[in-house]
Amino acid sequence: MSQQYKKIPMPLRYLINALLFAAFLFGGTALIKGGAVSNYYTKVLMLLGINIILTVSLNISTGYLGQLPLGHAGFMAVGAYASAIFMTRVGLDASVAFPIGLLLGGVVAGLFGIMIGIPALRLKGDYLAIITLGFGEIIRVVLLNIDSVLGFKLTYGAASLKSIPKTTTFFNTFLCVGIVCFLIHTMMKSRHGRAILSIRENEIAADACGIHVTYYKVLGFAASAFFAGVAGSLYAGYLGILNPSSFGFMKSIEILVMVVLGGMGSMVGSVLAATVLTAVPEMLRAFSEYRMIVYSLLLIMVMIFKPSGLMGMYDFSLSHILEKIINWKPGRKKSAGKAGEENG
Amino acid sequence: MDNLVPLPSLGMIPERDLGAIPILDIHHLGIDFGGLHAVDDFNLVIGRTEIAGLIGPNGAGKTTVFNLLTNVYTPTRGVILLDGMDIRGKSTHQLTKLGIARTFQNIRLFKDLSVEDNVKIGLHNAFTYSLFSALFRLPAYWTSERKAHETALELLSIFDMQNLADQPAGSLPYGAQRRLEIVRALATSPKLLLLDEPAAGMNPSETGELMENIRKIRNTFEIAIMLIEHDMNLVMGICEGIAVLNYGKIIAKGTPEQIKSDPVVIEAYLGRGKEASA
Repeated sequence: MSQQYKKIPMPLRYLINALLFAAFLFGGTALIKGGAVSNYYTKVLMLLGINIILTVSLNISTGYLGQLPLGHAGFMAVGAYASAIFMTRVGLDASVAFPIGLLLGGVVAGLFGIMIGIPALRLKGDYLAIITLGFGEIIRVVLLNIDSVLGFKLTYGAASLKSIPKTTTFFNTFLCVGIVCFLIHTMMKSRHGRAILSIRENEIAADACGIHVTYYKVLGFAASAFFAGVAGSLYAGYLGILNPSSFGFMKSIEILVMVVLGGMGSMVGSVLAATVLTAVPEMLRAFSEYRMIVYSLLLIMVMIFKPSGLMGMYDFSLSHILEKIINWKPGRKKSAGKAGEENG
Repeated sequence: MDNLVPLPSLGMIPERDLGAIPILDIHHLGIDFGGLHAVDDFNLVIGRTEIAGLIGPNGAGKTTVFNLLTNVYTPTRGVILLDGMDIRGKSTHQLTKLGIARTFQNIRLFKDLSVEDNVKIGLHNAFTYSLFSALFRLPAYWTSERKAHETALELLSIFDMQNLADQPAGSLPYGAQRRLEIVRALATSPKLLLLDEPAAGMNPSETGELMENIRKIRNTFEIAIMLIEHDMNLVMGICEGIAVLNYGKIIAKGTPEQIKSDPVVIEAYLGRGKEASA
């Protein structure tokens, strides 16, 4: 950042950010416990948290890495099933099993990301879209049929995997949102993140700069899958019941729409778009017949008037988003006048 | 400038580089595209601190030679010795680590990233830390990033560009973009710098400045520089050894004076006298 930009020392920046986040977490939990937020809204908020994680995770491979994978729901499904099977099969207390399940869901999905990424990332553009679409569908179909083929009870296929402990709460969902956003931010603001961005910008030049293109492509893709797996685990604990049909092609498209609407490569945009696109369908429940029309119109409007997405590419593509927030929030609070001068 | 000294391998290097292993020693390099010998029987030696020029008419295969040296294309035939080491089968990013850096004829910057980040990407392998240190912001991250930041600004100051560090690279004027590409290449701490038409699109005064800077880079970093250029003032002004390429083959090698008066070169550029008058 430039010299005239007022800087808060690093540890303090993180501290302020962490405090704001903690205030939000505990405040929200207190409101829910006190009954100020209804059960329905709590559910919507949890779904929102899951959607935010899905969107920021897809944003890694779409916005930062510049690829177009269409199988994100597949990784979510892998994570969801991995953690659900772990939680239902292992007789641990839910409070212990849940965090392990979350991590396990992420790791298994990440491994699938590596497995699929190595062959798929040799391709580009439309071809990558088609092959990841195929992989996503394969995962869904396997989950649907694996039981009858192998002759034992694991995913329960179309009959749904039931009685998963409902461990997802507002608190742990948004704690995960915070951790995921922090990790993505720290990854992107490092030599690894710069390598990923350079591949999006110009693969040949990245190669000539000594960047192992294949490695960083797979790394970005695997990170994307890992966080999708975490979101899947949260989803399993949120619904308490898993059916392969909820991880179809349309789910992948839904997440992609959120990323595109928010602006590719913009984390703030992803969070914003996930919020809007989770809230709008819920708010429109009263006019259920016109719901999808309004939803589609909204998308068309944004694409006509702001084709680069809500937050655009602007400088958010540089993954400076969180640093900007860190730079801004204290600036506004402590010295609003000075902050104005600096930014003006 | 030192005199060029002929080597037994048909190459020539500046006198001062004689004692050391040449930075680049190419034997019978060639590549075919289908039936076309795009580059054929290419032999060249470049001294450790030499500024060498590769010239030739359009389509002669000059950029192809650069692409062969950086393994963007894999050679069909021949051996390339970089600092005495056979680099066949090495991929582009490995070659960068071994010390070959390049710029591109059509500028390939990371346009949406800042000027500083462009240079830092060049420094990717210079200041390393693990992904784990990055994710959890361990001390290794902070020290390496600080060093990378300082080094990036230092490198940018070669071209007096340190005040542009925060600008997106794509917003720079054309000449500055070309200079930034050179800085980014230098960031990989090369032993051999390949410049593909560094003066393209520059006006005479910018070209003059560039010549000074190329010499300055060679003197400060003590590296070899090989450049492709159509601007004969620049080539004749700074190159110690020049190779002329036509239809994928070297037709002449020598000092600027030898090249200027070589009838074969004049013919390649201007055509044969009789035909021209006919």
